[in-house]
Amino acid sequence: MPCRIAPLGDRGLLIDWGNRIDEALNRQVLSLWDRLRRASPPGVSDLVPAYSSLTLIFNAPDARHGVPAATAYDTLRRQVEHLLANPPETEETTGRQIRIPVCYDQTMAPDLPALAARCGLPADKVVELHTGREYRVFMLGFLPGFPYMGTVDEQIATPRLSEPRSRVPAGSVGIAGAQTGIYPLESPGGWNLIGRTPLRLFDAQRAEPTLLQPGDRVRFFPISPREFHQIQAGS
Amino acid sequence: MSLLVLKPGLLDTIQDRGRFGYAHLGINPTGVMDISAMSVSNLLVGNKPDEAVLEMHFPAPRLRFESAALFALTGADFDARLDGQVVPVHTPVVAAAGTALEFRKPLSGARCYLSVSGGFEMESWLGSRSTNLAVQAGGFHGRALQTDDVLPFRRATDYGDILKGKKIIVFPWKADVRGLYPGDETLRFFPGAEYEWLTPGSKERLVTTHWKITPHSDRMGYRIEGPALDRNEAVELVSSAVVPGTIQLLPNGQFIILMADSQTTGGYPRIGHVIGADMPGLAQMRVGEVLRLQQVDLQAAEAAKAVQIQGLLRMRWGIYFALHAV
Repeated sequence: MPCRIAPLGDRGLLIDWGNRIDEALNRQVLSLWDRLRRASPPGVSDLVPAYSSLTLIFNAPDARHGVPAATAYDTLRRQVEHLLANPPETEETTGRQIRIPVCYDQTMAPDLPALAARCGLPADKVVELHTGREYRVFMLGFLPGFPYMGTVDEQIATPRLSEPRSRVPAGSVGIAGAQTGIYPLESPGGWNLIGRTPLRLFDAQRAEPTLLQPGDRVRFFPISPREFHQIQAGS
Repeated sequence: MSLLVLKPGLLDTIQDRGRFGYAHLGINPTGVMDISAMSVSNLLVGNKPDEAVLEMHFPAPRLRFESAALFALTGADFDARLDGQVVPVHTPVVAAAGTALEFRKPLSGARCYLSVSGGFEMESWLGSRSTNLAVQAGGFHGRALQTDDVLPFRRATDYGDILKGKKIIVFPWKADVRGLYPGDETLRFFPGAEYEWLTPGSKERLVTTHWKITPHSDRMGYRIEGPALDRNEAVELVSSAVVPGTIQLLPNGQFIILMADSQTTGGYPRIGHVIGADMPGLAQMRVGEVLRLQQVDLQAAEAAKAVQIQGLLRMRWGIYFALHAV
């Protein structure tokens, strides 16, 4: 698939497959992410996969090492172009399958009634549609451990709130357009909140601080407020 | 073997170069705002340049050395006094045990850095000692300093043979940092991935306007005020990577320059990026100050950074000989 390669400032290289939320594009992103992680080009400190782009963050003197005439960007661009010109035989590793409990009770779903009304559906039907399919973790961003997942059934796709909340509780599950996500920490936010999970999406003390990684496949299942508190107390 | 916080400042955090390798999980690097000041501060006391330092804003904290220490202040000049005696910036200073350090007024700059010889003993989180305030991890218990916090030093040195009963020894020389900062209010930038979304008139305004730093400016980003910039593309951007220095165009036509605590991804058009070499200068600019943007190419951006690194290397050797000649 064609892509554009451009600098992201003087310490980033952006590979952009098009400005879209599209599973096929994201497969390209994560496939190259995986190959670059294994190739581990000198000077690259971070690889940031997003919906339809992958960015290399680098330290220029290290990336330029041994090629004094070229810029660090050009040195890395050549390595990326080489990988893109030689695609692997097998595409992509399949992500992990993860089930996430969500309490859709009104006490934890402040925007569920309004979203259901807007979509012309009973709240139960919104929950059924939200739990009815497997979502792809396209990327993590915004906050540590925040998964951008999708895509939701078009019947429940809903634009962001016009007035973002100043405080969204940790664990809140939201919908923004065709995306669904989970707030790992309390923060401001503008997504429509339709439930809450008792799982910790981010824990600095864990060896793997985030529950999810790009490429994972997530399914939600409904739990009662009682189960919510039991799981929260046990985790 | 420690520094005691008698009274905290506005925002005092432990920072190093930043936490890299976890941006794909949304974990932002954080780290010092002014990497040049961090490096110089460490070099002045014989540390490696990226040892963790204390980053302070004004009002700055009141601190007490619980043991003798070789320390240095760099970056902003907050008119520091050690038991009443003037402590110049960019100079190594030996403090006797029991002396108190305070800062009287902000003379220049926005962020002052304090290093101690041997470094602070801090737990590392994911390979860095930088404080990540959003997740409350790294640095000193993942938070800004509070009254009665004790910051332990990694190395105990008594300095009795240098102090000979005095409370303070100020070394008779200072590091020359002029080459590490822009000479005026001009910051160099490089066009971003969505630069072409700007109308021709807006591209022109970007480089001709005197932009003002608003009070909504912090370690996450500087909100900049001036004439609105217009887009010729009404397209929504799906989230994609951003870095400190990225200039994001907000829906109201104003822009923000992302700083050290920036998120890893964002959905606003990236109209440009302030070059790495000019970020330390921007980190020292204060609310209300005016800046101008000057467009450069990638070669110029990398060359400017290389010149800075060479300057630091020269300084490192200069300081090494100066310290060992005492």
